[in-house]
Amino acid sequence: MATKVQDIVDERGGYKYGWSDPEFKPINVTKKGLSADVVAEISAMKGEPQWMRNFRLKAYKHWEERPMPTGFWGGNIQNYELDFNDIFYYVKPVAEQGRTWDEVPAEIKRTFDKLGIPEAERKFLSGVEAQYDSEVVYHKVREDLSALGVIFTDTDSALRDHPDLFREYFGTIIPPNDNKFASLNSAVWSGGSFIYVPKGVKVPMPLQAYFRINTESMGQFERTLIIADEGSDVHYVEGCTAPTYSSDSLHSAVVEIVVKKGAHVRYTTIQNWSDNVFNLVTKRMAVYGEGVGEWIDGNLGSKLTMKYPSCYLMEPGAHGEILSLAMAGAGQHQDAGGKVIHAAPNTTSVINSKSISLAGGRTSYRGHLKVYPGAKGVKSTVRCDALILDEDSRSDTYPLMEIDEQQVTIGHEASVSKLGEEQLFYLQSRGIDEAEAAKMIVNGFVEPIVKELPMEYAVELNRLIELQMEGSVG
Amino acid sequence: MVDRREPIFIIEGLHASIEGKEILRGVDLTINRGEVHALMGPNGSGKSTLANTIMGHPNYKVTKGRIRFNGEDIASMSVDERARRGLFLAFQYPIAIPGVVYGNFLRNSLKARRQEDVPVREFRKLLDETLDLLKMDHEFVRRYVNDGFSGGEKKRAEVLQMALLRPEMAVLDETDSGLDIDALRTVAEGINALRGPELGMLLITHYQRLLNYIKPEIVHVLYQGRIIKTGGAELALELERDGYDKIIAEFAPVPAGAAGGK
Repeated sequence: MATKVQDIVDERGGYKYGWSDPEFKPINVTKKGLSADVVAEISAMKGEPQWMRNFRLKAYKHWEERPMPTGFWGGNIQNYELDFNDIFYYVKPVAEQGRTWDEVPAEIKRTFDKLGIPEAERKFLSGVEAQYDSEVVYHKVREDLSALGVIFTDTDSALRDHPDLFREYFGTIIPPNDNKFASLNSAVWSGGSFIYVPKGVKVPMPLQAYFRINTESMGQFERTLIIADEGSDVHYVEGCTAPTYSSDSLHSAVVEIVVKKGAHVRYTTIQNWSDNVFNLVTKRMAVYGEGVGEWIDGNLGSKLTMKYPSCYLMEPGAHGEILSLAMAGAGQHQDAGGKVIHAAPNTTSVINSKSISLAGGRTSYRGHLKVYPGAKGVKSTVRCDALILDEDSRSDTYPLMEIDEQQVTIGHEASVSKLGEEQLFYLQSRGIDEAEAAKMIVNGFVEPIVKELPMEYAVELNRLIELQMEGSVG
Repeated sequence: MVDRREPIFIIEGLHASIEGKEILRGVDLTINRGEVHALMGPNGSGKSTLANTIMGHPNYKVTKGRIRFNGEDIASMSVDERARRGLFLAFQYPIAIPGVVYGNFLRNSLKARRQEDVPVREFRKLLDETLDLLKMDHEFVRRYVNDGFSGGEKKRAEVLQMALLRPEMAVLDETDSGLDIDALRTVAEGINALRGPELGMLLITHYQRLLNYIKPEIVHVLYQGRIIKTGGAELALELERDGYDKIIAEFAPVPAGAAGGK
């Protein structure tokens, strides 16, 4: 049985985004490695205000002082030979951001064409932002939304154009000393999205950002800040890919989200890094009274991902939801999960995690559920299911629960299953071959998460999963 | 009459084991096109083992003998290859596959069986007709495969698949179990509607009651991994009346008391 399933899986033979663009010449690059000088140089190149320069340098100090995460959090990054001095921390791709695709340099536009971004923009998006290495090269939002006061811009522009709003929230949800990689991002951040949705405004279609790494041995450190004012509604989608290089790349983003009273934010990630990328990301949202914050987190690819999107439920009635999907193939470790902090009474949450490991890959679910004393009437359901496709692959579950209040309802379910022999037999008995049957079962396994995605992304995600499963059969 | 028909399915001296334990100990069986055979036997006689072995379940190992379908020995073929050649098993306990939508599963199955794409319109029409035949709600196909189905729904769904896939040889493993009398009648009507000169059928059942609705040409009694008696439809009535004990006693007078049918 195990050997047969082994037959249908393969290394990431299916990774389709691993090309690079050799013609691309960046405008400006800091020298390899990280130092206070490099941090100051990035700030200077961006022409930032003094407070941001100080913010960065202070964060750099935290980064220097702090040890690598060990113990409960993290996927044993100390076991990898990731050399932080062998990374370019800032690669400026263009002199000016494009407002139409024609203004984007041809070789960069070609990349985004291949990734289908302009096409998606025409079909079903309210706004698009495309980041190439360290900077956003294209950005546009529907004019009717701008007229309603919706701001969707890159984070550097927001610092310049909306300084007060920016400064009010920046670094308040994830302070620079939150963790080692939040410090790193705070020191060298560049690009990312800034979104403000005014009171009561509902953005009808998703806003999408696409993050593409092109340069070898670089780090991408986008910084995203989303503020959904009272009663507003927005769905943000991010996608990410990178070329396959033999050397390591680094992606370390920080995403801060404020969901005000009665607002609704959904943040969807379909990450598909090449398997030389270390993906070390901090994502957190603070949700206020009756607000709803949702993470839909699809993690494919990368060498090591450490990512635990979190919801801090700050006022009564706030609801947080984390749907997490991780798939790990050969040489990959997806250390993913989620955190929910119930800091107010009558807050509710759902964590639903699904992981698939195959061809020697490893998935870990790491979750934290915390209920503060006095947070009566909290309801939370945590469910994590792992599917292991062969004997060489591995899955672990590390749930941490700190419940300091009696009057709560907490449900926790976990399951680990092997690809079901009886399910395969059943499908094969109808003429479906083993590889196809395995795909159907895996797609069925992830269906509860995929069905939450807009149709276009659902199709994309299913396709990515199938690509990763494609192997030696046939 | 039987003699003139063409045999479609022949089992010769079949021995099969699970986890090293021999369950089938020399089964011989010939089914002609257009015939319905019933296979009866007490619990533990090897009925389900025979069904699973015919279909090629990986846990059941054929240690001796042959299974010939349409002139080919299928014992070493993969499960899906057997199915694509027109063999069908209606499962006693169809397994749930959460997240896999029934309609998609049916279409994939039909595509595999025909080995070509099935146009959506044609598939829809065929599906609607078949659902009506089995008095099934059309919403059914939006559900996940066997997930949360009642016992009756599972059995109907098996017959639905059989009707769509048009096998040449169908094995129905206790399709009557767990059905109330109305559901049994509907399922039996569905199966009868599929009878025809091309299809061979093996009905595996513990009880005679299914055979009130589906009249078999031939009835076999399986006991301790062997067919110990073969007869006409009247054999089923005899079993209903006398139980298995009598036939078992004829076959093996000494251990009969210990093995006794229920």
